[in-house]
Amino acid sequence: MTAVTAGTAAASTHQARFDAAVAADERIEPRDWMPDDYRASLVRQMAQHAHSEIIGMQPEANWITRAPSLRRKAILMAKVQDEAGHGLYLYSATETLGASRDELLGKLHSGRQKYSSIFNYPTLTWADVGAIGWLVDGAAITNQVPLCRCSYGPYARAMVRICKEESFHQRQGYELLLALSQGTPAQHEMAQDAVDRWWWPSLMMFGPPDDASAHSAQSMAWKIKRHSNDELRQRFVDICVPQAEALGLTLPDPDLRWNEERGHHDFGAIDWDEFWQVLKGNGPCNEQRISQRRKAHEDGAWVREAAAAHAAKRAFGRSGAPHESAASDGSGTESDEAQVEATA
Amino acid sequence: MTAALALGDDALVLSHRLGEWAGHAPVLEEEVALANIALDLLGQARTLLSLVGDEDELAYLREERAFRNLQLVEQPNGDFAHTIARQLYFSTYQRLLYGQLAAGDSEFSGLAAKAVKEVAYHQDHAEQWTLRLGDGTAESHERMQRACDALWRFTGEMFQPVEGLDVDREALRSAWLESVTTVLKRATLTVPDTADTGAWAAGAGRQGLHTEPFGRMLAEMQHLHRSHPGASW
Repeated sequence: MTAVTAGTAAASTHQARFDAAVAADERIEPRDWMPDDYRASLVRQMAQHAHSEIIGMQPEANWITRAPSLRRKAILMAKVQDEAGHGLYLYSATETLGASRDELLGKLHSGRQKYSSIFNYPTLTWADVGAIGWLVDGAAITNQVPLCRCSYGPYARAMVRICKEESFHQRQGYELLLALSQGTPAQHEMAQDAVDRWWWPSLMMFGPPDDASAHSAQSMAWKIKRHSNDELRQRFVDICVPQAEALGLTLPDPDLRWNEERGHHDFGAIDWDEFWQVLKGNGPCNEQRISQRRKAHEDGAWVREAAAAHAAKRAFGRSGAPHESAASDGSGTESDEAQVEATA
Repeated sequence: MTAALALGDDALVLSHRLGEWAGHAPVLEEEVALANIALDLLGQARTLLSLVGDEDELAYLREERAFRNLQLVEQPNGDFAHTIARQLYFSTYQRLLYGQLAAGDSEFSGLAAKAVKEVAYHQDHAEQWTLRLGDGTAESHERMQRACDALWRFTGEMFQPVEGLDVDREALRSAWLESVTTVLKRATLTVPDTADTGAWAAGAGRQGLHTEPFGRMLAEMQHLHRSHPGASW
């Protein structure tokens, strides 16, 4: 009885200290005590953020070999490289919470952890590369800038670095679309078509409406999140409308208009059924994206095993004939049943 | 201008091949590394092609027979070992070549002085992976040996004369052979054969005679640009 009371007292002291730190806008660091739910929630969000960077390479890499000028090809290659780098930062930041990259990748490959629903849409023309830069990166930045002040230090610091590069990508995407919009009639049409296809999925990137968002209230209380999904979505629409005008392109929403009274743009209803379908794995590219990722991982298993075996030989100072290695990262043969966890 | 075209095409074509790896690499670190090398090469290609004319016209509007790259760089990626063997052979050549050019006073000396630093990094990357794969597991050893053997016959071409390229080709060839032999031996691999027997396919790429996969690579690379004649991007 006494021991239990003492334990509870210690826990509540920890909790009180944590609550005070969050209330004072102090940063929580890896060695600080934190509630289990806070840790689990961060692991979930950060891992899914990392996964999104990695899966997000695919729709754009789809156009690297077809980029129409060498300058654009260099820009696109650099961007896809940055995304791999962002994935690495975010996996590292997540590892400070006690998860390992291999374990997280295993969860991605088996469908137990998600990535942003936007990357389940196909890139059908070159203009899609611009639309992704302008709209998808734009939405990501709107979401991520407040994360630079997130209560968990390693996440906040990763976001500062990532947001700088993302802003650069977004400007490049906008500039790509501008070149198309002001180009030949065929190029203009290509740009408009891409914006028509990417606009609504981009608005869905902010997650479900506030009244259907499972994690929002708790995340806001912990200062992981700073603004609600609907607030951020509204902010994004307000930013995009004048940009679309400057591009000479229209946004595919007949209900979009300025509301003087609210000081914001009203916009049409989002197709939430589509959103939940994509999230459940039924979007246009879900199967293709995860298969490619799994294939890259499985095809690369022998390379990772070779690197581990070579490192072990070096460590033990052995040399000579190559030998069979038992080294494995343990995530190559993930066979766990996919658990669909509909969250955003 | 044949030399600038030849070296520019080498860099352009190999950059394209490495770009095909994006999203398919065995580890995230290699996504970054391969894209990094591809970008360096693309930068070199743009500089070299600009010495000859408009970079985009040259890249996108020439037919297969007008390309002057080595057959080695157009070889499909294959597995990771094939990509690494191709990188080892080519980056060793490029580093030695640019080393000579940087020391000379040709039109390439400025470019070579900058590029040789990038290429040193590429060579290091290829050598480290050759060691890991060659002296890793039985499977990786076998794959690496197979890749080295398969690409060996394309290496002779690197030491053929190129119009306008003033280098000591004999020195280049012996230094290349020594460097590659040292790495392969350290990696517990067998040097495929003597340099002489590798030369039977030599000279073809530089004269616009390419291997079959190259045409398909160009079709993909050029399709969008050619579909919109005169457009700017």
